[in-house]
Amino acid sequence: MAKVKVDGTEIEVRDDMTILQACEEAGKEIPRFCYHDRLSIAGNCRMCLVDVEGSPKPVASCAMPVNEGMSIHTNTQKVKKAREGVMEFLLINHPLDCPVCDQGGECDLQDQTVAYGSGKSRFDLNKRSVEEKYMGPLIKTYMTRCIHCTRCIRFSEEVAGVEEIGAVNRGENMEITTYLEKSIDSEMSANVIDLCPVGALTSKPYQFEARPWELKKTETIDVMDAVGSNIRVDTYGWKVKRILPRLNEDINEEWISDKSRYACDGLLNQRLDTPYVRHDGNLNATEWNDALNECLLSMKNHEPDEIAFLVGDFIDLETSYLIKQLSESLNIKKIECRQEGVRLPYSDRSQYLFNSTINGIEESDCILIIGSNVREEAPIINTRIRKHLLNKNIPIGLIGEKFDLTFDYEYLGNDLNILKSISDGENNFCKILGKAKKPMIIIGQSVLNRDDSLNAYSLIEDIIHQYSFLDTSWNGVNTLQLSASRIGALDMGCYQSSRSLKDIYADAESGSLKLLFSFGADEIDYSKFQNTKIIYMGSHGDRGASNADLILPSAAYTEKDAIYINTEGRLQYAYQASFPPSEAKTDWKIINQISEMLNLNWGFVTLDDVRKKIKNQYPDLFNQVSADRPYKRLLANKASKISFDNKEIGSIIKDFYLTDSISRLSKTMAECSQIRKELRNGKAI
Amino acid sequence: MLKAKDKIFTNLFGDQSYSLREAQSRGDWDQTSNFINKGSDWIIDEVKKSELRGRGGAGFPTGLKWSFMPKDVNKNNYLVVNADESEPGTCKDRDMIRNEPHKLLEGCLLAGFAMNAHDCYIYIRGEYFNESVVLQKAIDEAYEAGLIGKNACNSGWDFNIYLHRGAGAYICGEETALLESLEGKKGQPRLKPPFPANKGLYGSPTTVNNVETIAVVPTVLRRGGSWFSSLGKTKNTGTKVFCISGHVNTPCNIEEEMGIPLKELIEKHAGGVRGGWNNLKAIIPGGSSVPMIPKSVCDSVSMDFDSLSSVKSGLGTAAVIVMDQSTDLVKAIARISRFYKHESCGQCTPCREGTGWMWRMMEKIAAGEASPGEIDRLLDVTKQVEGHTICALGDAAAWPIQGLFRHFRDEIEEQLIKKIRAA
Amino acid sequence: MTETFSFNAESLDKVKFELSKYPEDRKQSAVMSMLDIAQRQNGGWLSKSAIEHVASHLEMPYIKVYEIVTFYSMYYTTPVGKYFVQVCTTTPCWLKGSDEVVKACKETISEKQNELSNDGLFSWMEVECLGACVNAPLVQINDDFYEDLNYENTKNVLQSFIDGNPSPIGSQTGRKGSRAEEYVKS
Ligand SMILES: Cc1cc2nc3c(=O)[nH]c(=O)nc-3n(C[C@H](O)[C@H](O)[C@H](O)COP(=O)(O)O)c2cc1C
Ligand code: SF4
Ligand code: FES
Repeated sequence: MAKVKVDGTEIEVRDDMTILQACEEAGKEIPRFCYHDRLSIAGNCRMCLVDVEGSPKPVASCAMPVNEGMSIHTNTQKVKKAREGVMEFLLINHPLDCPVCDQGGECDLQDQTVAYGSGKSRFDLNKRSVEEKYMGPLIKTYMTRCIHCTRCIRFSEEVAGVEEIGAVNRGENMEITTYLEKSIDSEMSANVIDLCPVGALTSKPYQFEARPWELKKTETIDVMDAVGSNIRVDTYGWKVKRILPRLNEDINEEWISDKSRYACDGLLNQRLDTPYVRHDGNLNATEWNDALNECLLSMKNHEPDEIAFLVGDFIDLETSYLIKQLSESLNIKKIECRQEGVRLPYSDRSQYLFNSTINGIEESDCILIIGSNVREEAPIINTRIRKHLLNKNIPIGLIGEKFDLTFDYEYLGNDLNILKSISDGENNFCKILGKAKKPMIIIGQSVLNRDDSLNAYSLIEDIIHQYSFLDTSWNGVNTLQLSASRIGALDMGCYQSSRSLKDIYADAESGSLKLLFSFGADEIDYSKFQNTKIIYMGSHGDRGASNADLILPSAAYTEKDAIYINTEGRLQYAYQASFPPSEAKTDWKIINQISEMLNLNWGFVTLDDVRKKIKNQYPDLFNQVSADRPYKRLLANKASKISFDNKEIGSIIKDFYLTDSISRLSKTMAECSQIRKELRNGKAI
Repeated sequence: MLKAKDKIFTNLFGDQSYSLREAQSRGDWDQTSNFINKGSDWIIDEVKKSELRGRGGAGFPTGLKWSFMPKDVNKNNYLVVNADESEPGTCKDRDMIRNEPHKLLEGCLLAGFAMNAHDCYIYIRGEYFNESVVLQKAIDEAYEAGLIGKNACNSGWDFNIYLHRGAGAYICGEETALLESLEGKKGQPRLKPPFPANKGLYGSPTTVNNVETIAVVPTVLRRGGSWFSSLGKTKNTGTKVFCISGHVNTPCNIEEEMGIPLKELIEKHAGGVRGGWNNLKAIIPGGSSVPMIPKSVCDSVSMDFDSLSSVKSGLGTAAVIVMDQSTDLVKAIARISRFYKHESCGQCTPCREGTGWMWRMMEKIAAGEASPGEIDRLLDVTKQVEGHTICALGDAAAWPIQGLFRHFRDEIEEQLIKKIRAA
Repeated sequence: MTETFSFNAESLDKVKFELSKYPEDRKQSAVMSMLDIAQRQNGGWLSKSAIEHVASHLEMPYIKVYEIVTFYSMYYTTPVGKYFVQVCTTTPCWLKGSDEVVKACKETISEKQNELSNDGLFSWMEVECLGACVNAPLVQINDDFYEDLNYENTKNVLQSFIDGNPSPIGSQTGRKGSRAEEYVKS
């Protein structure tokens, strides 16, 4: 600790702090442009200059460590002059086109000019103008506005892990660009828009859409993957205009993936806004009453054994709960949420959670990834791993398909037998695991959806128990889920312990399955259900709807209050930002109404009633998560003589940008997908 | 005037060959291993005794600088020689490299040993291609003769010297930009702290020294620190190679005693000011970065660090740029401003934006298109740049302008007013 | 135009030597010299393919190498003349008449900088201080300095290249290096 004086007040701070941090600790605001607490220190904007006694020159506080006894002044005449000077320099070549700039109203430069500028301009020469740079479909550039803080460069190198943005030329000709104006090949690229303190990098899809003060802002939860990033949804009227990240140190820090941010233009595309029923091959709009009666009739017409319920990727906890209740009331056993086809007889949450937690990643000292392209399956988790790696160079091993994860890892091969060699202590990686005190294993869905997944899992459990993956304060066993609904649905019991989706396919193909009730399940293979009647409840006209015989239109994730549990098992509340279009209804209400028509007497009037019931029944779900949860062994027996017919592990995500019914209907995501294909085929643009 | 016997660079003009054989006949590589055997403390002490101050511009005491290097033998310390010589007016290192490379190489070994470095990089500006060829040949010769490399000079010390060529960037003369450049990056100065002596090249402790600083070290050790400090004045000791350019009759490089009066320097060695001393208008005494001084000051000032700083200028690189009465001083400084605008690395705001603004205002004044009030604005801008930047290039861009108006403001204003009246 | 660049044997030798100067894990340090080697092989300028070749060789992201190419003034991304004349016009040279040298270049080579002369032999540009100020004004032609110039002898030097018999490098007034010329008071 070091004692320093800030404007005369003595405080004690950690001695690895910078002056800027110490000043903040003392409650003094220090203006800054280049400094960002999640990026390396650049010290280039010179806005954070302060006066330090004994130093003839003002000091860049963001870059200077504190010293015992230092006396800092943040408000002297010298500091004021220095700030005014820097502001003036920043503005001489800035176009001052605030009225037409999308950053207007949330611009650091604008705000700081008001707070720290001198209010007069003495520059009477021509301003520099810089050509716009193409950076891809997400980022619109107005490079004349750039103040060269290099946050975008540092973000792409350090956080996104793609060294694709740079500053070319030197001096006043310095310009930020990608190499030959290529699109940035990163799932995290658009975060630079938030980082850019001015309007140089703005959101292309959101261009000229609205002014910030016209928007209603709703703090809620993202559903584009199982991470549960915290987001803010900005709406104008009932239209979602944009989605921004919200700070949550436990999950997404202050980033979100490009899909979380931009799939939202798919929200209003192909919306199911009224019930439909199929007659003579055509879907016709119908009334809710008729649709629900038709639905009941179908269910009554079939034996419970002839009916299957599938729970899709966007289904919230409350709806999962009600679906499960419905299935039990009707004695329907065939219920499945694992659209990837996973078949493990789960008996405890710890068998499907990301137990270490996302924060726990930063405690781990070794990571073994099995069959997961973390970068595309959970960009936020990948980013966290990368962050940890930059701080502490821990060993990482990967078994499975080789992916560019934006960080270095030891590639162990795409061969499940490697699990065997590790469990037998014959692999080189064993030494590394042996040294680790807090190793993590990350198990991807592509290992668990195999027909022989029990074999693979038993080897994994062998490994878990041989090394320090588990102790009283550490649970290093992690299954990486892919969808927002999954943990909640598993917690509610929406799966069959000894069967999987593939068995339902088989039933359908053999003709023993007569009715499929698909609750927003859009990732399954509907061709298997040619001879099955399909009821689809969902929000978008995607795969499920186009195969359905009856459609019950529901709300998208931005249109309802709901609970989601993320891959760590963290329960979070999402809030309604907009309204379901036209006749569409909130999911839980649809099922509740069915229950009423079936006289099931659940007695739910409000969503809160449902939540209370869930809380009563599953109080543990509402607990805080931490990496010291116990792991319960799934398979009783140690693996013996195991071999794999097909030893290669596949990859589960075929196209990062098109993974669900909303992103598939998003124009922006389609564009991103197209461009990535071209980039990866070398046809870079 | 420096006596011939006290000259260090006896082959500054290349009268003899730079080859090892002839260098040795001039006394280079003599007793080198003895000095090493006396130990690094002895070397550093001798250099401290000599009161040698860095010849790269800032004049920091060399012995003191070396003593900052960690002594930990397990550490990988580096010596880096700054041969980027790009300060307008300066061309002394060039002569040492092309005509006296062995002085430099021997100095590298001694300095390297003293600071516990086994590896030395010499960063030479890209434009000095022919000089780099010579230097590489000299390095090869030294390796072949066992003077450097494994067990250099049979001293038991392993020492490697590598040549690294720049590619056109004045800023790479700034020591941390130089290190960035050596690491294969853009030459953008680093934030300090950490200082190179703690975290320099590849993160290891590093000392950066100017060519001349290193090249005089062997002679200092051979003749003794007290010999060196007996030349010049206290704290401003030794000999110094001056570069005299501009409006003199015979521009030249010349090794002289530190503290020689400016007038004597020019008259004795550069054939005097074109048209006579009275035709002198002003002199920039230490390379483009230092403020100019008018004739009245030139009349009596001595050429050393402290004398020049007491007249609000500096010895800098000891590059004397002479301007006679025919000179349009505003234009001369405007051209220097253009230089700094061109050479700003662009990293920090005041320098990136300020150098361009200052240059453009200087051009406006030079063209007579400014009002006298704009001079205040310009000076204000120089103040906003000075002291607010990451490296000293910002100061270097501000000072020449401040120097110009400090001494010639009335004259310039008068001309501007005349112009306005005429229009 | 899709030219492809790769180092020839001679360049590869030089590359090897450059790489040998730096620690194994610091080969990025060789990027400047490798760009120079590539530029020499490529006729004095760096094509896109040459830049990318160097980047791949050093396993550096393209943008990082491109940053370097555009930061340092001695890399050129467009073709230059066979004889590339760089005129120093910084103050010490300007004081000694670099305007005259520029004039000579304009007349002999081209009115505008960075343009090939009609015969394709030359291009010229203004540069900042070349570091030979006591021999001002001067030009650099390819790797060589031609010093102590004025309008006349600049023309002569350029002509000597046209004639295929380049003037000796260094001072064009015949003085030795940077030593003061004999001064005769008139
Ligand atoms: C913009 C700038 C340019 C510089 N250029 C040079 C240079 O070309 N050669 C040099 O030796 N020092 C140069 N310096 C000074 C170096 O940073 C450093 O102080 C010097 O090399 C230290 O050597 P010395 O202690 O031997 O003087 C420059 C400094 C600045 C700020
Ligand atoms: S002062 Fe100029 S040269 Fe130095 S770091 Fe700042 S921008 Fe770069
Ligand atoms: S915030 Fe410190 S220099 Fe930019």
